[in-house]
Amino acid sequence: MTLPDPTASSSSHRYISNAGEDIREMLATIGVDSIDRLFDTIPDAVKLKGLLDIPGPWSEIESRRWFRGLAARNKTAADHVSFLGGGAYAHYQPAVIDQLLLRAEFLTAYTPYQPEVSQGTLQSIFEYQTHQCLLTGLDVANASLYDGSTALCEAVLLAERLTKGKKKVVLAKSIHPHYVETVRTYIQNLGLEIVEVGWGADGRIDLEELRGATADAFAVAVQSPNFLGVVEDYDAIVGATEGLTRISVIAEATSLGVLAPPGQHGFDICVGEGQAWGIPPQFGGPYVGFMVVRDALKRHMPGRLVGETVDVDGKRAYVLTLATREQHIRRGKATSNICTNEALIALAANMYLSLLGKEGLREVATQCLQKTAYLRAKLREIHSVELPFAGPVYNEFVVRTPFPAETILGDLEHEKILGGIPLGTFFDGHANDFLVAVTELNTREQIDTFVTVLSAAISRERR
Amino acid sequence: MTAIAETEVAQKDVAQKSAMEPLIFERSKKGRRGYQLPALDVPEQSLDEILPAALRREEIAHEVEVSEVDVIRHFTRLSKLNVSIDAGLYPLGSCTMKHNPRINEEIARTPGFAWSHPLQAEHQVQGNLELLWHLEQTLKEIFGLPRVTLQPVAGAHGELTGILMVHKALAKSGNARKYILIPDSAHGTNPASAAFAGYQIKELKSNSRGTVDLSTLEAAVNEDVAALMITVPNTLGVFESEIKAMADILHAKGAYLYCDGANLNSFVGIARPGDMGIDVIHSNLHKTFSTPHGGGGPGAGPVGVSESLVPFLPTPTIERREDGTFYCDFSHPDSIGRMRAFHGNFNVLVRALTYMRSMGPTGLRRIAQIAVLNANYIRARLRKTYHLPYDAPSLHEVVFSDKLQTPKDVHTLDIAKRLMDYGFHPPTIYFPLIVSGALMIEPTESEPKEELDAFCDAMIAIARECEERPELVRSAPHTTPVRRLDEARAARQPVLRWK
Repeated sequence: MTLPDPTASSSSHRYISNAGEDIREMLATIGVDSIDRLFDTIPDAVKLKGLLDIPGPWSEIESRRWFRGLAARNKTAADHVSFLGGGAYAHYQPAVIDQLLLRAEFLTAYTPYQPEVSQGTLQSIFEYQTHQCLLTGLDVANASLYDGSTALCEAVLLAERLTKGKKKVVLAKSIHPHYVETVRTYIQNLGLEIVEVGWGADGRIDLEELRGATADAFAVAVQSPNFLGVVEDYDAIVGATEGLTRISVIAEATSLGVLAPPGQHGFDICVGEGQAWGIPPQFGGPYVGFMVVRDALKRHMPGRLVGETVDVDGKRAYVLTLATREQHIRRGKATSNICTNEALIALAANMYLSLLGKEGLREVATQCLQKTAYLRAKLREIHSVELPFAGPVYNEFVVRTPFPAETILGDLEHEKILGGIPLGTFFDGHANDFLVAVTELNTREQIDTFVTVLSAAISRERR
Repeated sequence: MTAIAETEVAQKDVAQKSAMEPLIFERSKKGRRGYQLPALDVPEQSLDEILPAALRREEIAHEVEVSEVDVIRHFTRLSKLNVSIDAGLYPLGSCTMKHNPRINEEIARTPGFAWSHPLQAEHQVQGNLELLWHLEQTLKEIFGLPRVTLQPVAGAHGELTGILMVHKALAKSGNARKYILIPDSAHGTNPASAAFAGYQIKELKSNSRGTVDLSTLEAAVNEDVAALMITVPNTLGVFESEIKAMADILHAKGAYLYCDGANLNSFVGIARPGDMGIDVIHSNLHKTFSTPHGGGGPGAGPVGVSESLVPFLPTPTIERREDGTFYCDFSHPDSIGRMRAFHGNFNVLVRALTYMRSMGPTGLRRIAQIAVLNANYIRARLRKTYHLPYDAPSLHEVVFSDKLQTPKDVHTLDIAKRLMDYGFHPPTIYFPLIVSGALMIEPTESEPKEELDAFCDAMIAIARECEERPELVRSAPHTTPVRRLDEARAARQPVLRWK
């Protein structure tokens, strides 16, 4: 097979400037007669004899056609009414955010290793860290982690570093099941043990079981609102977990606009998923994990931290700091292996939190509460619909009907409603249950339609 | 070049004014708002009845109150304090700062992708699953390996995934072993990831070419060694020509060969990791496959594996049925488990596949060709001016040192800072650790010759300044929004939030 001549004009590509004469001049400067000579250190035995067998090169016209064709095969909140949650929520995203994210100076810069030419990124991270502290009631936030699930992993590992010797961590069974699975993966070779504590009739963590599980444990983690949508009672949990490092997990970040901040209720570490701050669900990522800790834990923190300082002229400026915790300095003894994180999504979150601000964060959360309460009241009127957990909720809850969740949800889908997430996917004994989430994006009309269609679906299944 | 020195005072004044952007919290004024929601359209209930007061918070003290105009001005002004690849050469070695095509951004924002939910039923997201399946097929071909997981969301996350698989595979065969071998030229993430996967690290010394001698490896490999983690080409840009022999040595002792694919850009489409005997490789899609670095992420770090490691891949895998539909397969009893919630950084994967399709087989090969040409051109133009500590032929990046400048008490950090005055982002500095005062330059294929020439001219001019006006270089930068920072103060008295 003859490979293309890189200097031929037919070899040019729109993303690569150098071609033809430039290539020949550069080769002359280097002192070799062909580009192939530059690859002499790769043995012929491992070199490809021809070209890769993959499609392309495509023009933008062809790419648009193919990718839009794929996107059109999805049924999503773009063309359906959605009540989906389970750790990924549809919230209002101010138009400003995406426009600003496309600014090349944010989009196409990298980790701010050189602070003199990266103050935009650094100051934004510093602001993001501040927002996290205000929202959670804790002292020190990092620049971001991958997502909620890996943030929980990092929190567990941090807590373990604080209490060398103990090997048991207590996790509420009502933490997002994907988060718990991810923790299992992360710790599988580290000699740690997970003890899961179930929930009671109200959907909250079973306090008796929790008390029994704390012996020899180094930390406890609970999620609130938990995966069932139920808001936990932090103070009661604190009372049952004396001496443990307490980790609060937030999978629905807008809830912090109305719920009591974990840092003011006895928790040492708060980790979570920032997607609900106006990041589109986008099939699970990119999202942004956050971690906020008490001041005493800051030198144990994983990931990047931005701090304030001054330049030689005494002017305030920002810089990556406390880097001796990190992999590029500490290597095998670092607090985490994380390097690339989710800076651009953290920037989007900073913009969201700034635009919504003090009043907006409260209003979004209050609308979620009110609309959810409205739907729950409506559902209680339907005979044979049950809301199995009595505990207070924020914007998500479990619905039970006498029929398999998939059947009911299929009926809803028929009416262009993505009605929920089957709970039986995650927990045995919940085949007829599904999770329903309501946000400020859901109108009263949508909620009323949901109730009507659900009611009709149940009647139909009954026949 | 003296023009720069002469105008630097005036430029400094202007630059410093533009740097006076307050924190968003300092812009806050009571009563301003930056959003509007539709009025609540359901009957309002008493909050106390919905959620007991004890579970609610007071107002979020000190949260901001700003208008949309305030926010636009604030972030636009902040953005102007950054340099970026769109503005010019950003030669951070090992980071592959290449052009980020905007079609990738447009396609990722297609509503059918952006609004798809990760827990939707499979029949509702066939488009997404098909896309992921195609991306895996494409990466399999690029790697020359039988399977690829798309779950890891960064290079280091991929490393952890890969080493966990190695651990599980070895444990399954009776002995997980104790050590991972890592050359002294490696990225810091390698030892950190190996440690979090449950291993101890043994460092391998590089030879005078900066590569690992077969004899060094042979002496180090025994029944306690789980794998060698090696960057190909290494962080000096030098290809390990004996890679296949290394694989043989490891395989003979039942150990694995892990490749850090951070430098895949230098040989994509030219050679395939699978053909080199590599068992596991991660690829940073934000490097070779152009997804924007975003100031430090998001990224993606898919991991390709050889046949013997396939059973240990994270779950779920994406599979195609005979009828052409796609599904998530959780039935892998030996899987290491889930590396992250949901499907990884899906919308980074969308961008990367868009790029792979834009390039095609000829374009991917051309990436490596021109990236290596560009790096060697810089090497040729600067090698008389800067010390080249390792003379072995290099591929996509070149590492110089400050040895010729230190007699004038000018160091790598100073040279890097002075480059900013010439309008360039500095290279990676003081890495790899095996080079004292390293300047690690990776131009990528994106850069036109004239940009490379301007960079080389600037480097040569700085070398002259080191001789003639060393203080000018030592006190650089002079024209940036802020000048050198007191980093010690930041670490000694940490101020990590606004108060």
